[in-house]
Amino acid sequence: MSDRMQIDDPVLWPYWEGAQRRALLVQRCRACGHHQHYPRPFCLECDHDVLDWVETKGQGTVHSVTTVHVQLLPELKPPYQVALIDLDEGPRLVAGIDGTTCAIGDRVAVTWREREGLPPLPNFTKAAP
Amino acid sequence: MSAPLYITGVAETPLGEVAGENELSMVAKATREALAEAGLKRRDIDGLFVNYMGEEGSVQVAEYLGIQPRFSDSSDLGGAAFEAQVHHAMAAIQAGYCEVALIAYASRQRSRRARSLSGSAPVMGVPIMHQLEVPYGLPSPIGRYALIAARHMHQYGTTRAQLAEIAVAARLWAQKNPKAWSRDPLTIEDCLNARPISEPLHRNDICLVTDGGGACIVTTAARARDAAKKPIRILGAAESHTHWHISQMPDLTVSAAAKSGPEAFAMAGITPADVDILQPYDSFTITVLLALEDLGFCKKGEGGAFVESGALRPGGKLPSMTSGGGLSYNHPGALGLMLLIEAVRQLRGEAGERQVPDAKIGVAHGVGGLLSTAGTVILARE
Repeated sequence: MSDRMQIDDPVLWPYWEGAQRRALLVQRCRACGHHQHYPRPFCLECDHDVLDWVETKGQGTVHSVTTVHVQLLPELKPPYQVALIDLDEGPRLVAGIDGTTCAIGDRVAVTWREREGLPPLPNFTKAAP
Repeated sequence: MSAPLYITGVAETPLGEVAGENELSMVAKATREALAEAGLKRRDIDGLFVNYMGEEGSVQVAEYLGIQPRFSDSSDLGGAAFEAQVHHAMAAIQAGYCEVALIAYASRQRSRRARSLSGSAPVMGVPIMHQLEVPYGLPSPIGRYALIAARHMHQYGTTRAQLAEIAVAARLWAQKNPKAWSRDPLTIEDCLNARPISEPLHRNDICLVTDGGGACIVTTAARARDAAKKPIRILGAAESHTHWHISQMPDLTVSAAAKSGPEAFAMAGITPADVDILQPYDSFTITVLLALEDLGFCKKGEGGAFVESGALRPGGKLPSMTSGGGLSYNHPGALGLMLLIEAVRQLRGEAGERQVPDAKIGVAHGVGGLLSTAGTVILARE
């Protein structure tokens, strides 16, 4: 699977393996329950060194968002939005916004953007109020 | 109290769109000018501090200059590296590891057409950023600064017009600097109507892409004696950084200046109210706004109102970006060294038409990376 995914990073494999089955995973510390992302071999909160990959609900809130007006990638036609999403479990991540334009404070849910030869990329879309 | 240290020589490299030079020849020319001001010889340099001069940058620059330093530093703190390196040079000189420190930099990013908003090739690989940020098309670095600006606007009601005032103030200063790249009139209205790049940031919120660089000599009182120009005392310096990936920045509205500022002011034994001129890193308008708040020139969240009062303009209560800054004078990819040069020239009283009357205390504040790093240097005319 790792070969097919063309990802040369064993520490992030579980994240991309989750993505492959449309599950958004983050690490959770077995000692203190702190969720963190991206993954590290220790807990940023309590320094414990056993962490499990857990599936998030895939829901969160837009912490900040920018609308991009330049074309950087062939598959992304401007204008498009890129946001910082605060997952309900705690971690903050960069993600694209699909569908309706989002503003700071909007509730969002994960969607998946298909990619050629790579695992799908988690994006977010405005959640029903 | 440590023995006083001084900046005794500063010089710009050739600026703008530079033909007939490479980065090393530019550094060499600026170094010769800075040494002449300092009354020192090339072989007096025993500490070398560079950034972005290639792999093992200080090794390459030392060979080119024909020197063999006792202390060598190629720390990469982005555009803030040079203020941080004043800090490093102070530590090294005070510890006795070197006596005459050269800080140098040059870039031909404009001539080389070296800048690209995509930051790096969107391929999967070991760098976490390539996996988790690059595939989303977040422009580098501006997309990160845009997310910070959007959050500041949301949290504190900061407006685009207030950010535009920073660009207008820089332009008003540039009109007094014959070396400035952009000197045409610029209004708030022009900025508001400019092309959006990564909202809320538009064309005029973004710095120039030019060739440039400079050199700066830091040394002891004893070695400052032969200086041809007035040595400028270093009162304080400090550095910090907060994050690399924007998702890991602890608070989007608080920069590393919140650490480097208070530390530098404490070392200097002064407060922001004592500062006559400020050279803030104006890579983007939002970079200046955060610096004003985090360095303590106004309260957190009040940067917008502070700049709206015209404080940064010629004749304002905190003359800032007095060269025209990265927004209108020159931005060679890393601006930090240019900020030190302009601060020294203002404090010597040799800034010509743009001279701030009786400027005694100045601050050069570098910012680098993805609003990641900060270096604050406080200078004074004795």
